[in-house]
Amino acid sequence: MDKLIQDLKVQIIAQLNLQDLKPEDIGDDQPLFVEGLGLDSIDALELIVLLQKQYKIKLSNAEDGPKVFRSVRTMAEYIMEHQPQIS
Amino acid sequence: MPGEIYITASSGISQHRVFKNQLPAYDNPDADMPGFLMAAYHHFGIKYPKFYKMDHLCKLGWLASEVLLKDSFDELRYQPEEMGIILANASSSLDADLKYFESTKEFASPALFVYTLPNIVIGEICIKHKFKGENAFFIFEAFDADFMEKYVRNLINSNILQACICGWVELIGEEYRAVLFLVEKARGPGDHEPEFTQQGIMLFTQENLNKIYHLENG
Repeated sequence: MDKLIQDLKVQIIAQLNLQDLKPEDIGDDQPLFVEGLGLDSIDALELIVLLQKQYKIKLSNAEDGPKVFRSVRTMAEYIMEHQPQIS
Repeated sequence: MPGEIYITASSGISQHRVFKNQLPAYDNPDADMPGFLMAAYHHFGIKYPKFYKMDHLCKLGWLASEVLLKDSFDELRYQPEEMGIILANASSSLDADLKYFESTKEFASPALFVYTLPNIVIGEICIKHKFKGENAFFIFEAFDADFMEKYVRNLINSNILQACICGWVELIGEEYRAVLFLVEKARGPGDHEPEFTQQGIMLFTQENLNKIYHLENG
């Protein structure tokens, strides 16, 4: 789980072009949107692409988005739930 | 003179160089285009994380606007609706279009897609400075000072705008060229007139647009 969280931070920075951030700047439970990292709706779409590209996971229900993308940890939990071989 | 229209500032970015009011402000001859834009961003000490997400055309135009407005523009002087932006280029958003097209072969990128219109650069400038006035982005083969002068003069003389950023923002591959002009209407005697204010102020004429355009292109 810890490695997955670290990998996700690196992938989020690359996918979203957050060039002024380092992985250690992103807290595991820090909100990704609004008051946290300040991501926007386009970034949300990029996170969906990231899940699909890196982990072959399609977000089947768009209403799950706010819950799945609340933080890096919730993303990691969602990935493990759908790809149990990744840890 | 009240009602007279002036070019109160200009900026230019091309050939690894940045100009402000026809004077060199920064150069970095060894950098490629993305490296140069990033190095210039850091050189001017700007902090705006959204810059990193912009496509190259937006980075170029946005950076040129920052150089243009820095120390030359009094935001308190205008209402948001009084400040407009009129830009033009030759390649539209083709640079971003091609990158987006490439991305569709694997996973279409939403972040690239949002930049597949040239007027997004106007939006990026407006978001930063909260400008809400008239704006338009035209596609021409080359910079047309005659059109630009008449179009912007009409907007100002019609009281649709009190001030306007106008100019040329062109980028395709490694080729890039931006020249921006800050155009403002004088409100009273001596307002913006060169003998009363800073250097670099000129009457807003086709000849002066062309003169600055060619000078700031190196």
